Amino acid sequence: MKELHTLSIDEVHDGLKSGEFTCTQLVQHFLNRIEKYNPKLNIYLSLNPHVLEEAALVDKEISEKGINRPLLGIPVAVKDNFLIPGMPTTASSHILEGFMPQYESTVTKKLRTAGAIILGKTNMDAFAHGSSTETSDYGPTLNPWNPEHLPGGSSGGSAAAIAAQLATVSIGSETAGSIRQPSAWCGTTGFKPTYGRVSRYGVVAMGSSLDSPGPIGRSVRDCALVTNVISGQDQYDATTSPKEVEEYTKDLGKDTLKGMKIALIKEYLLPDLRQDVKEAMLNAANKLRELGAVVDEVSLMDPKYAIGVYTVIQRSEVSSNLARYDGIRFGHERDRFNDENKRRIMLGTYTLSAGYYDAYYKKAQAVRTKIINELDKIFKNYDACIGLVSPGPALKVGASKNQPMFGEMEDVLVEQSSIAGLTSTGVPCGFVDGLPLGLQITCAQFNEAKALSIADCYQRNTNFQLFPNLEENL
Amino acid sequence: MKYSPLIGLEVHAELNTASKMFCSCPADHFGKTPNSQTCPVCLGLPGALPIPNKKAIESCIKIGLALNCLINRLSKFDRKQYFYPDLPKGYQISQYDQPFCSEGSIALESGKIIGIERVHQEEDTGKLQHTVLNGEKVSLVDYNRSGVPLVEIVSKPDMESSNEAKEFLKKIHELVRALDVSNADMEKGEMRLEPTVNVRIEKNDGSIHYTPLVEVKNINSFSFASSAIDFEIKRQIEEFEKTGIEKSDTNKTTRGYDSVKKITFLQRTKEEAKDYRYFPEPDIPPFILEEDYISKIRQELPLLPDQEISALVAEGVELKYAKILYANKVSLLAYNRHKEESGIDKSRLASLIANKKIDISLDIASQYNKLGQVGVTDKTELEALVRKILDANPEVVQEYKKGKTNVAGFFVGQAMKETQGKADPKTLNSVVLEILNH
Repeated sequence: MKELHTLSIDEVHDGLKSGEFTCTQLVQHFLNRIEKYNPKLNIYLSLNPHVLEEAALVDKEISEKGINRPLLGIPVAVKDNFLIPGMPTTASSHILEGFMPQYESTVTKKLRTAGAIILGKTNMDAFAHGSSTETSDYGPTLNPWNPEHLPGGSSGGSAAAIAAQLATVSIGSETAGSIRQPSAWCGTTGFKPTYGRVSRYGVVAMGSSLDSPGPIGRSVRDCALVTNVISGQDQYDATTSPKEVEEYTKDLGKDTLKGMKIALIKEYLLPDLRQDVKEAMLNAANKLRELGAVVDEVSLMDPKYAIGVYTVIQRSEVSSNLARYDGIRFGHERDRFNDENKRRIMLGTYTLSAGYYDAYYKKAQAVRTKIINELDKIFKNYDACIGLVSPGPALKVGASKNQPMFGEMEDVLVEQSSIAGLTSTGVPCGFVDGLPLGLQITCAQFNEAKALSIADCYQRNTNFQLFPNLEENL
Repeated sequence: MKYSPLIGLEVHAELNTASKMFCSCPADHFGKTPNSQTCPVCLGLPGALPIPNKKAIESCIKIGLALNCLINRLSKFDRKQYFYPDLPKGYQISQYDQPFCSEGSIALESGKIIGIERVHQEEDTGKLQHTVLNGEKVSLVDYNRSGVPLVEIVSKPDMESSNEAKEFLKKIHELVRALDVSNADMEKGEMRLEPTVNVRIEKNDGSIHYTPLVEVKNINSFSFASSAIDFEIKRQIEEFEKTGIEKSDTNKTTRGYDSVKKITFLQRTKEEAKDYRYFPEPDIPPFILEEDYISKIRQELPLLPDQEISALVAEGVELKYAKILYANKVSLLAYNRHKEESGIDKSRLASLIANKKIDISLDIASQYNKLGQVGVTDKTELEALVRKILDANPEVVQEYKKGKTNVAGFFVGQAMKETQGKADPKTLNSVVLEILNH
């Protein structure tokens, strides 16, 4: 019998259905693992105090009605910026220490309605300001592949939870790369839905025009199953789309990419890319060709411009979104913002100030439109764009210190797709120095099914979705 | 030296929608238990997002249409950022460069047109209560008002006196009430006024100068607005004569109004002015307003005050009575219900109701008939009576013929006395003049 922490969603359901194990046993198994490994890896910030009671209810439901809900009994780890009543929500910031939400995020409500069991809340960069989890006020999460390395971020805890197999699936959120980049560094599968496909209601805001909640899992299929549940228009988020939600699992399981045209973005093969990293990328392209796709090298605007656009827009929105933590409510003074939070507030305040707005914010929006138009042009001829998620494998702990632009440099290859609000799957595509690398498969807005289907075909025909041996590594 | 004041007005009106601007909490906050009408959205809790109130936007557009504004096909919300304890998000959702309505106008009695710069939608703030609790001075926040829909109407600086400003304000007040979009109860703070004042000075040598702009904040009565404007005009002229300082891009100031001392006082200068760091509200997609949508709202507009008064005048009602009837909805209703009945003279019915000769709580038709007998049905009887009085007073008739026309009133008075005041003054008047002029 496979160990419970290694099971996919379908396998969990099979086991629960056949009575091979109970939900209580499954949850207890994860709790045991969390107890064992969390002190070393710092993945979970808090655990659901009622998790075993909820598991018992699931067992009762299964015994009476079988499995009639899509995620019934599936243990999920949730990034600490999603509000759940009864569990503290800090967004990894000391300024929200002890904050108990009065209402629930749409995503976790949908997960729970679908029967999922929330194990606990995972570490992240404070207010999602970073790509390392090193800006967390509760200490960094360590990479399960090598604890001397970072897991990436900002959803570093959620990606590490899957790599360390401390949950079946997890939920992250991406402003630019915050799902895909930690997934790449931890060797997991991460999925960023189109902006507006998944509700932001009840998610502590970072860059409001960019934030996209999404799943991290052990396979594309698991991510698709979760996306089926969390997608859709929300009466509490005016930016969610009325477009009908597709069945995201419908195009999975295919073993050919015949008819697919894929653009390998030339500019993503940065000049200073390590040779072995570049090879992994080119091998991935060849694999896609082998599977029947046409892969052409296509030119896009230099991604360096996206850094500027992204930095200005995101900092501007951050400076506004963090204004509510004014020391009057939530119990703590503003001096609890950390240096990275303060840097972003200051930069955003500056870029929105009278006299600078036109030079920064407005210009950034103009370039954003240009980036969107360039990508639109590519999608007229191609089904997907590909590139590496991150220019290299996970960096060492401490790498982000004293590097105010750390995140932007690490996310240079995913920012264009975030700025354009596209959908993108990140899947493991190789290893260097014993650390995983990630491939991004990016499609036009609301082409979730396609971005998942190509990634699924690639994933099932390669052997890169592996898990670290924690006993050896820690 | 010639002085011409330039007065512009900003009017904030709270809308009377059922729910708040961006959440489903009740908008009616007056006198409610503090913080009993709040939710994650209007408390600005982490992760909460605004959902715009369609009804409120319709109301805003109604006001714009009634003020002859252009309704902008593309519109959006913006964040206006400043820190204040009654502003839970640290920003107010408002409209900056693409308001729903712009470039309108409204006519004063004199026929003078006052330009409307814009009509935009925003949300109200919470309220602070400074009080003493357990012997300690404290400031408490009540968020019941947080997020209540507000419409801001901004005029152009087209008014030249406090009287014009007052008339403008009354017209806006009447208008929003006629549209039934705001109760505009000044005492409840449902309508707040902010005049901006400066003075154009033409010196004897022909040179033209402008005094620095002053915005007077948060006034809650028409007469306070009027007195604040008068005070400002006088103060600014005196200051200009003393210092010669003229308006510049940097010397606009904000002043408050002290209704007890009837003076304005400095609150802050432009250097201290807030930089609101406006930027488009990313949580609400921009609005594309279709022609169909706008024309549907236009069709739903009720008759506006000026239109309704003109309609009364067109029926033969004197302007002053038309205004009295319009100002009192019950009177207008009584008038409208009976004006088409047979034997009714609309003008006379209006004057009787306006002059309170008829008690509208009782049967109107019978009162009218009783009062109306002499005046209307017996014009010939009145003529006989007037001829009798004229014959008895030939010397007064002579005076009239010599040009002393005001003696006509003497005959009217005499005739009134004879009929014990039952004659319709208007009919009587015309009968007297008719006979005198023959």
